[in-house]
Amino acid sequence: MTATSGKPDTFPKLLQHHARERGASPAIREKDLGIWQTWTWSEVAQEARSLACGLSASGLEPGRHLAVIGANRPRLYCALAAAQSLGAIPVPFYEDAPAQEMIYVFQNAEIQFAIVEDQEQVDKLLEILPQCPHLRHIYYDDPRGLRHYAQPELASYESLRDAGRTWEASHAGVFDEWVARTKPGDTAIMMYTSGTTGHAKGVVLTHANLIESSRAYSDLENLTDREEVLAYLPMAWIGQNVFSYAQWMFVGFRINCPESADTVITDMREIGPTYYFAPPRVLEALLTQVTIRMEDASRIKRAMFRGFMGLARRVGARLLDGRSVSAGDRALYLLGGLLVYGPLRNALGMTRVRLAYTAGEAIGPDLFVFYRSLGINLKQLYGSTETSVMVCVQPDGGVKPDTVGPPMKGVEVRILDSGEILLRCAGLFREYYKNPEATAEAKDAEGWFHTGDAGYFDAEGHLKIIDRAKDVGKVGGGTLFAPKYIENKLKFFPYVKEAVAFGDGRREATAMVNIDADAVGDWAERQGIPYSGYTDLAAKPQVRDLIRDCVEKVNADLAADPKLSGSQIHRFLILHKELDADDGELTRTRKVRRRFIAEKYASILDALYSGKTRCEVEAQVRFEDGRVGAVRAELEIVSAKTSESVPLKAAA
Amino acid sequence: MKLNDAQAGLAAAERRIGEVILAVEGISLAFGGVRALNDVSFDVREHEVRAIIGPNGAGKSSMLNVLNGVYRPQAGRITFAGETVAAMEPHHSAARGIARTFQSLALFKGMSVLENMLAGRNLMMKTNIFLQALRVGPALAEEIAHRKRVEEIIDFLEIQHVRKTPVGRLPYGLQKRVDLGRALAAEPKVLLLDEPMAGMNVEEKQDMCRFILDVNDEFGTTIVLIEHDMGVVMDLSDRVVVLDYGKKIADGTPDEVRSNQAVVDAYLGVKH
Repeated sequence: MTATSGKPDTFPKLLQHHARERGASPAIREKDLGIWQTWTWSEVAQEARSLACGLSASGLEPGRHLAVIGANRPRLYCALAAAQSLGAIPVPFYEDAPAQEMIYVFQNAEIQFAIVEDQEQVDKLLEILPQCPHLRHIYYDDPRGLRHYAQPELASYESLRDAGRTWEASHAGVFDEWVARTKPGDTAIMMYTSGTTGHAKGVVLTHANLIESSRAYSDLENLTDREEVLAYLPMAWIGQNVFSYAQWMFVGFRINCPESADTVITDMREIGPTYYFAPPRVLEALLTQVTIRMEDASRIKRAMFRGFMGLARRVGARLLDGRSVSAGDRALYLLGGLLVYGPLRNALGMTRVRLAYTAGEAIGPDLFVFYRSLGINLKQLYGSTETSVMVCVQPDGGVKPDTVGPPMKGVEVRILDSGEILLRCAGLFREYYKNPEATAEAKDAEGWFHTGDAGYFDAEGHLKIIDRAKDVGKVGGGTLFAPKYIENKLKFFPYVKEAVAFGDGRREATAMVNIDADAVGDWAERQGIPYSGYTDLAAKPQVRDLIRDCVEKVNADLAADPKLSGSQIHRFLILHKELDADDGELTRTRKVRRRFIAEKYASILDALYSGKTRCEVEAQVRFEDGRVGAVRAELEIVSAKTSESVPLKAAA
Repeated sequence: MKLNDAQAGLAAAERRIGEVILAVEGISLAFGGVRALNDVSFDVREHEVRAIIGPNGAGKSSMLNVLNGVYRPQAGRITFAGETVAAMEPHHSAARGIARTFQSLALFKGMSVLENMLAGRNLMMKTNIFLQALRVGPALAEEIAHRKRVEEIIDFLEIQHVRKTPVGRLPYGLQKRVDLGRALAAEPKVLLLDEPMAGMNVEEKQDMCRFILDVNDEFGTTIVLIEHDMGVVMDLSDRVVVLDYGKKIADGTPDEVRSNQAVVDAYLGVKH
């Protein structure tokens, strides 16, 4: 099944290969009108063929870029394949990016053609049309609400495809020539990195990059064409692209597009993926839901859950790793499987999951262990857009919560004295598009890629990532300060949605905390605490005490680690609004932009270090419909108890 | 913002407003000594959005109830699609293509969204109950066709995520949307909306406005709506009837109505 050598070397050739080998078997499913609709490999190939002809007939030339904007829809996947077939380069966008953020990419890549999902995206592109002189054609998939749009740039997806069919009839064989002409060294796709500073950079990845990375990975994990994968993450994220496009094309398994973003959990239960990929925030949201529902469950169920989860934490992960466990525990775990773990796996839609991966951010050890203890083979991997993701993968039976595993076959790793990790591998990107300085900065003369991550190898050769190299600092005059490490510890509590830790170059560490509106709201309801909205809830004294408990538990944890005990959180405050990508506080992949937040909330940060007990803030908020409003609040600065064993004196 | 976009889209369109589809003449309705409606006449044209507004107790809901036959007026005539009667009957009005939503929702709380909407198509189910129970032959084909239509409406109203959720568990704004879906499932020619935006927050109102305009635009459904929120009414409607104490005091485009002195007096009060 896994004879992967001798497979075609570009995506268009792979698509034709699958259409021949397994033409009648399903390639994509999409839930539409409540029913899973199937596209076979030959249908996908035919669609991509017509689309490519249509695009070429209306003027898309090889080497030019095609914008693809929308949620996971079969037609958009066909658009990726179509562009690649004629030698053009697809550029996927985050569907929720505001119009203004799209301008730069359209200008930078001189994009002339766009295939978009619906009216929402069309409206955005029409808004930025004056600033994007190259953009000439916008094709939309869903015509709803667009019937009265008369702009000459607009046309439907169907019209493009039908034009392609007509064109192909009079240009027989041209498409096959295009496909035959594609070379592994050609650019396959361009992904813009969210970029925590400055403009986004277009990462140029070749067919060879993505295919070699997929090959190494599929050999390692024995992927077969029977895998079911749920395609639910943004198409513009490299992780999604590698798992649901590159590997899909390489291996020939099935991807399943959910009906809408709100139905993912139901759709996942219906499909029962065998191979699942989720960034930590998704796993965290799932766990929060489970926790909330368990707290509402009857006492017997709660007791059963607590008891068996305790057992699972002790032996579940050991069983998964094939290590020795006493016969009594084994029997109990089997019973737990019937009563708790099985039903829970089913509720999570993970009954059939053979292989689950998480990446994109460091995952809290407790969260990670939760899934593994249920018997779900969740593993971590390490990589980035620039490396076509696959760099380090945890092997079966060798999973440790705090490392990302040993480097994969063909990946060279070097660690600088500063702790920064350097890489060399087949998946390494060619360049940043039209940005030779940035390329030279990231990729040195010997081809080493400077990841910007800090880490080290442990005794067993597993790579451990602590934080971004530039974020690791010193607190209290010498103790190591790894802000993300602290934030992750806080975020494991279901009540904490986001946390931002500060402390580099300061006397002591402090933090800003975002409560999780669902979990805290539910808690408040059960405590009989009335509140009127997010800001009000965040300001409740009971909520403050709840969060203080969390912070103090983290402090106790940190105190146990001699290297990190100095970075205990002395003071914190609960923010009055949720950190949001639209306000620039998070990246589109929901990572906190610590520096930006430190600047934006400079007054709060000052207050955290000046011994005040309260501070006034007014913050601009961008609503989802694009309007801008202001939220004003008075925040309380709370002192948290630090653990006794700490040599530094806790500030009152 | 969404609302404005939808409006711009509509304005740019050639309006397809046609002939009078529904007209009432000299309608009077009294409950004992209370005169709810007093000699009210107005008409509704095909494909238009027609609003009935007025202060509390003006007779708006009574008018709607007359239109779909819940109340029998003591005087006056109703003409619908060329046929003139003294009073409508609820089942006739439903069978002939008038559907409505209710201010205090009329949904089966214990049934799922899907089931509620299928119930809205009850009148269109032709096969007999035994075939339906066995799901054989024509009944199966029919069920598939009904389900397809309902699924299209679910997609249209963006409520896929609650398809199988019992309606009673949904938040109010969503229930309102389901109620609209239930009415739409009957594929009406004329849709009567009784305060579709009552009790909603701003975001829910914007969504509902967009749905109403989309229904009008995509399905060509004629819409008669009662609404308290003046901003909403003026943005949505093609023509507005104003009632006060059971009498019609104004009728015309939103701009005409807004500048009408009798309307201003009725809403803001006037010194006697």
